[in-house]
Order: sequence, then structure tokens, then C-alpha cells
Amino acid sequence: MTNTQENLARQSIASGFSFLGQEAGFEISESSIEYWADDSYQLALFVGILNTFKVAIIGNFLAIILGIFVGIFRLSPNWLLSKLSESYIELARNIPLLLQLFFWYAVFTEIFPDVKESLNPIPGVFISQRGFFFPIFKEHFIWKWVWMTFIGGGLLTYGTSLFLNKLREKTGEKKSLLPFGLLFLFVVPILIWFFGGAPHELDIPQLGGFNFSGGMTLTPEFVALMLGLVIYAGAFNGEIVRAGIESVSRGQWEASQALGLSRWQTLRLVVLPQSLRVIIPPMTSQVLNLIKNSSLAVGIGYPDFVAVANTTMNQTGQAIEAVILIMGVYLFFSLSTSFVMNRYNRSQQLKERGA
Amino acid sequence: MSKEPMIKLTDMNKWFDDFHVLKNINLDVFEGEKIVICGPSGSGKSTLIRCLNQLEAHQNGKVVIDGIVLNGNLKNLQNVRKEVGMVFQHFNLFPHLSILENLTLAPQWVHKLPKEEAESYAMDLLKRVAISDQAHKYPGQLSGGQQQRVAIARSLCMKPKIMLFDEPTSALDPEMVKEVLDVMVDLTKEGMTMLCVTHEMGFAKQVADRVIFMDEGQIVEEADPETFFSNPKHPRSQEFLAQILY
Amino acid sequence: MNLKYTKNPEKRSLPLMQGLAVWMKKNLFSTPLNSAISLVLLGLLFKALGPLFYWLVVNSTWEGTAQTCRHNDGACLVFIKEKFVFILFGFYPRELLWRPVVAISLFIGLCLYSRDVKRWNKLLLWRWLKLILLCAFLLKGGLFGFEAVSMDRWGGLPLTLILAFIGLIFSYPIGILLALARTGSLPLIKALSVSYIELIRGVPMISLLFMASVMFPLFMPDGIVLPKLLRAQIAIIMFMSAYMAEVVRGGLAAVDKGQYEAADALGLMYWQKMLKVILPQALKIVIPPTVNTAIGMFKDTSLVVIIALSDLLMTTKTSLKDPKWLGFSVEAYLFAALIYFIFCFSMSRYSKRLEQVFSYGGRS
Repeated sequence: MTNTQENLARQSIASGFSFLGQEAGFEISESSIEYWADDSYQLALFVGILNTFKVAIIGNFLAIILGIFVGIFRLSPNWLLSKLSESYIELARNIPLLLQLFFWYAVFTEIFPDVKESLNPIPGVFISQRGFFFPIFKEHFIWKWVWMTFIGGGLLTYGTSLFLNKLREKTGEKKSLLPFGLLFLFVVPILIWFFGGAPHELDIPQLGGFNFSGGMTLTPEFVALMLGLVIYAGAFNGEIVRAGIESVSRGQWEASQALGLSRWQTLRLVVLPQSLRVIIPPMTSQVLNLIKNSSLAVGIGYPDFVAVANTTMNQTGQAIEAVILIMGVYLFFSLSTSFVMNRYNRSQQLKERGA
Repeated sequence: MSKEPMIKLTDMNKWFDDFHVLKNINLDVFEGEKIVICGPSGSGKSTLIRCLNQLEAHQNGKVVIDGIVLNGNLKNLQNVRKEVGMVFQHFNLFPHLSILENLTLAPQWVHKLPKEEAESYAMDLLKRVAISDQAHKYPGQLSGGQQQRVAIARSLCMKPKIMLFDEPTSALDPEMVKEVLDVMVDLTKEGMTMLCVTHEMGFAKQVADRVIFMDEGQIVEEADPETFFSNPKHPRSQEFLAQILY
Repeated sequence: MNLKYTKNPEKRSLPLMQGLAVWMKKNLFSTPLNSAISLVLLGLLFKALGPLFYWLVVNSTWEGTAQTCRHNDGACLVFIKEKFVFILFGFYPRELLWRPVVAISLFIGLCLYSRDVKRWNKLLLWRWLKLILLCAFLLKGGLFGFEAVSMDRWGGLPLTLILAFIGLIFSYPIGILLALARTGSLPLIKALSVSYIELIRGVPMISLLFMASVMFPLFMPDGIVLPKLLRAQIAIIMFMSAYMAEVVRGGLAAVDKGQYEAADALGLMYWQKMLKVILPQALKIVIPPTVNTAIGMFKDTSLVVIIALSDLLMTTKTSLKDPKWLGFSVEAYLFAALIYFIFCFSMSRYSKRLEQVFSYGGRS
């Protein structure tokens, strides 16, 4: 027998993935699906994957938006705005992410008050050590319609923007998208809501015993994780956006402005499209980094995939399988994200001579 | 020719930090005039014409283009830029747009022309500069000479009253210089007001109404081409000509 | 010609207040939109920095006990006074603290000395080698009458520096080898290199730390126990070499093709070509991303908290568990953040300086 097998046998651990079907025996504090302690390890791990997925999607979305703003602000002619962005970038980038996560988590657990003395800034909204609690609308059939019209409104707005573009090409006049956007995204859904009976009953969090029930909860773990990940990634994204915009040669600015285009028109029509080529590859890296960094959730108790896998590993002793699972899942996330971003990047390449 | 000059520079001074790059420039250019500006490197000739559309800002003196004063007012600047076209040494075409799109971008967004109208005028101009078959190609796919001709057409698309050329042929391979100069000569026949910074003396002799010689930030000599090339008055002009025309 | 003006009006030296006013007009209040932004930002700054200043400077407690701190509103700097030795040095025996202090001082001293590019030569390399041995000896002891201190008791800043520094000096050459393997022409080696690099870069560092901490012991023959520090170090080296490899690969691609061709035409063998011609150029080109990767590695050492290794972040966390001093997380984490920030920020500033130094020389 090889060393490994000897050691494993000595520790009476059965190799293989059969443990997946066994009862997990532990709770998971946050889950997007139904999960109980007597469910299988397989399900527990799946809950972990869903949590990682949730954090990865929301985190990247927010981090990219933050990065775009920070990058543009960094280049602003307003000295204060530029310097503040720079300070933010330097601070966030030069402090380890795990330390930032610990910090935000400590802010919650130490600075915010106990549940019984929750902060109540707006009626119905409570902030405490147990997290953010806020009211949501109670179940009513009309909400489904409101959401559908909102999404439909989004599509309509997009369609209108295409139409208005064609109109501009035809007549030269630029009509604003704003009134249409407001109509489709706000007015129509509100009308639907109104005619559906204008339900405004709220499910307000009620303090009972040791915790709130009802309403919607954002746990301190989740909020600290999101804050840490987004603030950290936002700084790197900001630098990427800045470098991308600066990479466009001065001559492009000069030629546009010599032709009479305004600063905003130049940015939108000439500079930003060119800067995308330079922005997308490193931005892809950062998207992947955020996904990998979400694994630090285990440090502050958010049940992401690594945290659940870690608990599993400790309970079953199946170390090798657990590590393989962790690596496998993340490899899958990495490779699929790379693939998609590379496709997009290739479509943005400039046509060169000989092409 | 109208009585008021199209371009009027009065006591214009410009510094780059502490370097005095343009010293007390006084210049009148009338409508339809073709001016060639020459001089050694560092004499400030490019800076001079870049001040005309405020790609560089002057610190002192007055710059008036077609009656509009360039004094920092944004509206004035926008109006001036609509009337002044510029051709750069390094072309500065927009690499992510096709040739046709390069030409029609500004007319659509600044003059608010319908796309069809902008495109048809653009195609006419492309025919004039003999490059209409490349309309749907991208700048990266064209040679330097072709790109510069497109750049000229792009400026013309805005129907400017004044055309500025900043060393338009200096970045070109020798065999492509002629095709660009031919286009520029063609333009002069239309009555366009032109200011051209160049080293191409043959072009100056052929086309210029006035040659302006600059050295160390000052206008040293101003004369019609015949007088300037055969009988320069200022010692520095004589030196310069001796160096470039052997 | 008599010039009317000789000095740039924008550059005339103004009395302080006037100069300040002119600067403010240009940079903060040039347009209505700009002015609005400036005012909003100034307002926010005062709202945020004001209370922070009060908390950190005005109301902070310098003397007393935990009780005193809890009575006051300000920052509990007593906590830092009490705990900073532990945070910085972990469980290292108190009476022998002079040893890690000397080791770190020497290390930082040599770092500062090495900043000047003109001093980069074989002599410096020797000096570094001697320093490493000296520091290892200082920390470990066990010879010449110096009391031995087992690796389990090493902690805090020295541990973080060790993990980062050893990580760097191993992952850099390994990364270069991986990059050469990946860009070479031997298919098997290339495939192995690519798989390794893509695998490591696709997974989070934590998974490697888990692998090192939990799996390595299973593969060891009887009786041989790898100290946790060593396992973590190996994981860090494995992780970083993959990222270094990609950085070096970028450098290899950026070197002009003509250099490869000239070397081949001169008849140089592969290793001669790489060592004498290509690598020196490639490595110089990618100094900025290399230093960035190094900074990243320095920050990533903090992850060993997860496997309970006492680096700087872990000692900070541990210091908060003292029952007599509960509830001062913000002070503790800010202190640790300050230390990390000083190191990382200095490194990134230095990287920018290096970039400038190497760009004056010009590329061939």
C-alpha cells in the first residue's frame, strides 16, 4: 500500500465521494432554497454554491459600476473629486481584503446595537447586530404583474432607444429617451399597481424574543462580505477604467474637438469605445478575482461554498474530496467566465491591415 | 475679399509654463488667402495654428476668428470650431469607425444632419480625394497617404470656412506626399482660406499668397512667395532657406 | 523687437491667499457644475472627517484600563499600547524580543539600501543571502548559546514578512521557468505548464492553503511532520509562481521579435539566448506588474488566518479575544491596516519609481 492509503486507512476514513449522500447534520445560516440539517451533504454543498453564485453576481455588478464611476471621477478636472477617488483607490488596494472583511464585520457586531435596542432610522427599518431588517410588500397577485410590466418596460425602453436612434439618423434631430423611459419603467407599472387595488400592506419586521421575524433580512455576514468585496474590487476596477480612458491618444480628443464635438460627445462616441478594448481583458481578471475572493467568506461566517465544504471536510474527514470539489467548482466558474469575456473581447478588436 | 480679416491676431503671447513659445504675434488673414508658415523646429508654428481653434490656449493678446473672440467663452469656442477645420500630422482618424463613419460622425452630431444627407455629401468628398472605393474600410487598413486624404475629407465634411494644416505630409513616406499635396492644391482652387504649416517649399511656391517665416516664437518675415524665396530680407530667413534649399 | 510682455501671467508668483484663490477657482470652481460638486464633497468630507478626528485624536484614551476606555467615547489607544507587542510579534518569548526586532530592522535596512538600482550587483546578492541566514538564525536560535525558539512561536510581522519574502524569492524563478516552459516548443512540458498555471489561477488561494494544511500531511512518510509554517509557505509559493509565470510570459511576448532572431542568427543556444538576451529585457519590461504581484502576495499572506497560522492578521484577531479587552476591534484592525498600508503603499510607490528609472535607459 502506498503512503497515502496507509495514512488514510490509519485514520479510518473511507475514500471516495460516497459521503455526499449522507445526512449533513449541520445548519446553514443563509440559504436561497429549503435546507434542513437532516438533508444530505450534497444539498448542503449546493446551497453553498448558490450562495457563492449570489455573492459573485451581485458583487461583480456593483463593483463594475463602482469602478466605472471611480475611474471617470479620477480623471475629473475637479481637484477634490480626483484626489478623493485617488485616496479611495490607494486605501482599498493596499489593505488586505480579509482585514477589510474583518473590519466591516466588527463594525457590525461591535458598533451596531443589540437587537432589543435596534436603530430605527425610518419606520419599519431596523439596524442591529443581527443585521438589516426592512419591510417588504405582502403577497398580492398584482405584484407579479407590476414586475412583468417593469421588465417589459425595460425591453420597451431599449426598443425605443433603437427607434430614436434610427430617427436621429433620418432627420438629424436627437430626441430624448427620458420621457419614454419614465413612462415605461415607472408610470405604467404604477398604474397597474393602482388599478390592481393599490395594495400597500407591508410585512414589517416584528421583534419577538431574540430576533425579528417577517420582512426581509440582510445578515451582517452578507452585508460585510458585500461591502468588503465591492469596495476592494471597485478600487481595482477604477484603475482599469482610468487606464483604459487614458490609453486613448490625445490626438483622438483633439481631432474630435477640432471637428466641433463636445467633451461628452467625444467621450461617448470616440474615446469610450476605444478604451473598451483596453479595459475588457484586465476587467475580466478582476471579475474572476472577485469570484475567487468571495471564498474569504469563510473567515466571517458567511456560508459560501468554501465555508460549507470546510464544515463538511471537518465533519467527514474527507479532505482530499473536499479540496477537489472546491477546486473543481471554482475552475468551472473561472473557465466559463473567461470563455464568455474572451468572446466579447474578440468582437471588439480593431480591424487592422491584412485582416 | 471682405474688408475685415477672417483671422485677426493682436499681440498674442503664449507660454508653456516658463517657456515663451509665441511672442507678440500680430497677424491678419483675409478670406480666401492661402498662407504657408515655415521655420525651424521649435519656432512655434504648430502652436500658432493650434491656438486658432484653441487646442492650445493663449495667455495674452487677442484672437478673433470670423468676428468671434476667443476669450474662454465656451459658446464662442464651439462656434469657431464649427467653422475651422484641422488636418493633423498624424491623421488622428477614429480607428473604431469605418471611413464613411469617420466622415459622417461630426456632421450628424454637431450639425444635426440626417444620416443620408451626411453620407451622400461624404461620398462626394471621398470621390474628390479619390478614395471613394475604400468608404467601408477601416483606417487600420489604409496606407498613410490614403489616411491623410480621408482626414482632409473629414474636415471638409463640416464645410469649414478656414482650413488649418499642421505639417500634413511630415509623417508620410515620400511616395505618398504627392497624392496629399495634390488634394491640397485642388482645395486652393475653391477659394478656401488656408493656413498651412509645412516644409514643402514647392507647395508654398505653387500655391501660397503669403509666406510667413517664424523663428523662436516670433514672425520674422512675411512676404509673397516670389519675394521670400528669391530675396529674403532678414538674416535668419536667409539662413533658413540656405539650409533647406541646396 | 521690443516685447511688451515677458512673463507668463499665469505663473507670476502671488501672495499666498491670492494664489490659493486663483488655484481654487481653476480646480474647484471653474464651472457651475464643478462648484456644486466641490461644495457637496467638502460638506461630506467635514461630516465624515470631523467625527473621525474627534474619535481618534481629541477624545481618545491614552491612559487607564479597559474600563476607562469604555467610559470614554474616543478611540481606545490604551488597547494599542497594551497589545501592540503581541500584535507585532505573536507568541515569541518576551525576553528574546530583541532578536526579531533586530532581524526586521536589518531586513528593512537592506531593503532601503537596495532601492538604488546602481547598487544591483553580485555583491548585493551576497549581502541578501547573508542577511537571510542571519535573520533565520536570529529568529530560530539554537546555536552559539542563543536559546532556541521553535517555529510554532514565531508570529506577527516577522511571520508575514517571511511568508511574503520567501514566497517571492522562490516563486519568481519558478515562475520564470514555468513561463519558459509554456512558451517553449516541447509539447509535453508546455502542456504540463499550461495545466498547472490555469489550474492554480482558476482556484482561490484558500483552497491551496487547505490543500497544503490538510492534504500534505497525508502524503508524508511516517514520522515526518511538516511544520504548518512550511506547509503554508509551499502553498504560497505554488500559488504565486503561477501568477508570476503569466507576468513573465507577458514580458517574453513584449520583447521585440528581432531580438530572438538576432540571437538565433548569432548561433546562441536556447539557454544562452534566454539568459543573456531575452530574459534581461523581458523582466525589465514587466517590472510594474511584477511588483504588483509581489504586493498582492504580501496581502495574501493574511489568508493564513484561515488555517490558524499566527501572521500579523491572526495576532490582531487573537489580541481581540482577551476577555479583559473585549470590544476594541476597530482600534485593532485600524492598527493592523496601518502597518499593511505602509508596506504596500511604499512598494507601489517604489514600483512607479523603478518604472521611470528603467524607461530613461530606453529600450533597444
